[in-house]
Amino acid sequence: MKRFKTTKGLIGIVLLLAILLVAILGPMLIPADASTAMDMHARRSPPTWVHPFGTDQLGRDMMFRVILGARTSLEIAVSAVVMSVVLGLPLGLISGYFGGFIDNVLMRLVDTLLAFPALLLALTISAVLGPNIQNTIIAIGVAFTPYLARIIRGEALRVAQMPYVEAARSSGTTDIMIMIRHVLPNILPAVIVQGTISLAFAILAEAGLSFLGLGTQPPAASWGLMIQASRDQLDIAPWTALVPGLAVALTVLGLNMFGDVLRDILDPRAK
Amino acid sequence: MKDIVSVDHLRVEFATDSGPVVGVEDVSFTIAPGETLCVVGESGSGKSVTSLSLMRLVEFGGGTITAGTLNFIRADGSTLNVAAATPEVMGQVRGNEIGMIFQEPMTALNPVFTIERQLTDGLMLHKGLDQAAATARALELLRSVRIPEPERRLKQYPHELSGGMRQRVVIAMAMACEPKLLIADEPTTALDVTIQAEILALINRLKRDTGMAVLFITHDMAVVAQMADRVVVMYRGRIVETGTVQQIFEAPREDYTKALLAAVPKLGEMKGKSAPERMRLIGDEAARAAQAAPKARKREVLLDVRNLTTRFPVKGGILRRTVAQVHAVEDVSFTLNVGETLALVGESGCGKSSCGRSILRLIEPTSGEVWIGGRDIGNLNRHHLRKARADMQMVFQDPFASLNPYRRLKDQVAEPIQNFNLASGAELEARVLQLFDRVRLPREFLNRYPHELSGGQRQRVAIARALAVNPKLIVADEAVSALDVSVQAQVLNLMMELQEDLGLSYLLISHDMAVVERVAHQVGVMYLGRIVEIGPRAAVFDNPSHPYTKSLLSAVPIADPSKRRFADDLSFKPITSPIFPLGHQPAPSVYDQIAPGHFVLRA
Repeated sequence: MKRFKTTKGLIGIVLLLAILLVAILGPMLIPADASTAMDMHARRSPPTWVHPFGTDQLGRDMMFRVILGARTSLEIAVSAVVMSVVLGLPLGLISGYFGGFIDNVLMRLVDTLLAFPALLLALTISAVLGPNIQNTIIAIGVAFTPYLARIIRGEALRVAQMPYVEAARSSGTTDIMIMIRHVLPNILPAVIVQGTISLAFAILAEAGLSFLGLGTQPPAASWGLMIQASRDQLDIAPWTALVPGLAVALTVLGLNMFGDVLRDILDPRAK
Repeated sequence: MKDIVSVDHLRVEFATDSGPVVGVEDVSFTIAPGETLCVVGESGSGKSVTSLSLMRLVEFGGGTITAGTLNFIRADGSTLNVAAATPEVMGQVRGNEIGMIFQEPMTALNPVFTIERQLTDGLMLHKGLDQAAATARALELLRSVRIPEPERRLKQYPHELSGGMRQRVVIAMAMACEPKLLIADEPTTALDVTIQAEILALINRLKRDTGMAVLFITHDMAVVAQMADRVVVMYRGRIVETGTVQQIFEAPREDYTKALLAAVPKLGEMKGKSAPERMRLIGDEAARAAQAAPKARKREVLLDVRNLTTRFPVKGGILRRTVAQVHAVEDVSFTLNVGETLALVGESGCGKSSCGRSILRLIEPTSGEVWIGGRDIGNLNRHHLRKARADMQMVFQDPFASLNPYRRLKDQVAEPIQNFNLASGAELEARVLQLFDRVRLPREFLNRYPHELSGGQRQRVAIARALAVNPKLIVADEAVSALDVSVQAQVLNLMMELQEDLGLSYLLISHDMAVVERVAHQVGVMYLGRIVEIGPRAAVFDNPSHPYTKSLLSAVPIADPSKRRFADDLSFKPITSPIFPLGHQPAPSVYDQIAPGHFVLRA
């Protein structure tokens, strides 16, 4: 555990583990209908002993909803970001490394996608494919790809000009091996940072899709859906926004700290 | 006369995450008016920290002066302890009573201000001049640093000036308020040798004219020999030796100074010797004695370059069309024999690096032929070119950037071998071990990463990597330029030893005439993309015949204080632009043979 000696890394890992634990164990321990059961006597109840995190406008318990929503939100966000990395990494890498004509073609394609707001793009994809979790993931994943591809291309462009890449080329290393052995490890820090930031946006993007009826379908719970639903009642029941908002914030915080640690672990210079 | 600066037991600490680190310790020296004190040392010796302390600029870099006094006699005759001065007082002293010249003329000037603005700001602040008076003074200053067309320069921006002119402007700025002390921190390190000579001569003349004291920081013993009245030698934050320049160069007392001097190649010391010779390193006499007399090799051509031309497009306009061409390499022909070294020398932008890269086809030449061992490299397709790379390897200038920070050293050295499937498994490991032994790197480095090594060690790794596939030719592009002088000597000796043992041919690309004189068999002088003079080393150095070769050689500082050469104002012809319009067809290079194998470009 010596590598995690920094308190920052420790906090990040503890936070992430706790959230993952909640997301995995929650659905096992809590009956599925706990998130949809309505307590009509306690609508918009502030936090009490019966409802520790309060209830929403339909009297549904916020604690259960946030616990059961964790899985949906994280599943969608993580899958979508993984997908955008899988698509964006080779795109950006090839574009930045080879440059010239290939770069021009690929980047104009990416620019076309960038011209649409990410959410609008996701919305279109989701509307075409139909609303379910799998399609939500695809929609968000595709919508986020151009941002990742752009950042990776920039990094690859920088690294491709480093003398160690030229040295590898002059010693007969093939282009594919140069990309895998020399370029990829050197752009990984940027990918990790961008990936962890994207996760936070993916959680919110899922919320946007859900709000428009294309993501998670009510009455199932997701953090994004909960934040959207709280919009009209921020003044009278602020906890309905605060509880899922805090869940998103803690997840992002944990991820960012973890991302930093991951970057340091991968960097031989930081040891 | 009373010393203008007296530093007494200076100690500077830097706060880091793992506690304070001592930058310099127990540093004491004095400077008299009209005297040049050179502080010399290798990287990390604390020479810059010392000069920055004197300006109290060290605090901006995270350092603190924790002990000692820095007394400076101010213009009004009062003594100021700089170490205890308030920021307000330092504001009056900096740039006014103490001027400073920095290493990089590119970044020492603010790119968004005109030269006039850069010069007048300080004058209006410190001397209270109005705009008109300040401009008049600025003009006068530009004249005093001998900038051509000073009126026009005032309205120009830094990027419109050449490197040498920029450094003159920086000096003019430092001189603006007639300082009593000028601090010059590696002022010529980033400059070409002819421009260096001009700047050194300029500093000498200004010192003579104004009687100011100069604190000159450098790593270059040759510059010290040319400039210094007295010398302070520093090593790892401490003063090793202090003395007059004659004393330091002729009778050094300390071992470190002796080692440092032994490692400096001196231009002219190879006169009358036919073959390259290893450097005399202190503690390495045994190895030197072991140097066998040069084997009588059959002179067999390895590399034959014919009419090599490389041009780069200059893109412009909205459509990014090619509007002109940089003629980087223009009709270059030469041959290199097996087991010999050909040095391409010249100043920055002369095309020497492009030439080396074109030969290896790291950039594609426009035309010409490159034959290595009877094979035309220029005509190979991608597949065969990759195979041919086993014969020709490269060592790069910057050992910090030419190794991948994310890979273990053994993997980096093994990579070329794997690329050509020359060995695998235990055989590969044995080969890597053997290479590490060959370049004298300890075996425990095998599993390390580049950042754990010093510059010299990294360059050894780079050489091991280049040797891995038993190449015939190694292109060494400024391979020792970024290294400290003692490390440079070791790496040069290693390269010469490898040449004797393995029969390697080197194409050495360098700007350093003294290094070239030491190691090369043949020398080609490049200017504006062409070789202007080429021949055996002795012929080119003893009988330089092209005007450019002559001026280049006359500008090289010699590490011998009895051979001073920069007393008067010097002015070398600036290098003209190698950019020509599209379709420009330059005349072919025609050479006159003035001695066997010694060719000079016909003007």
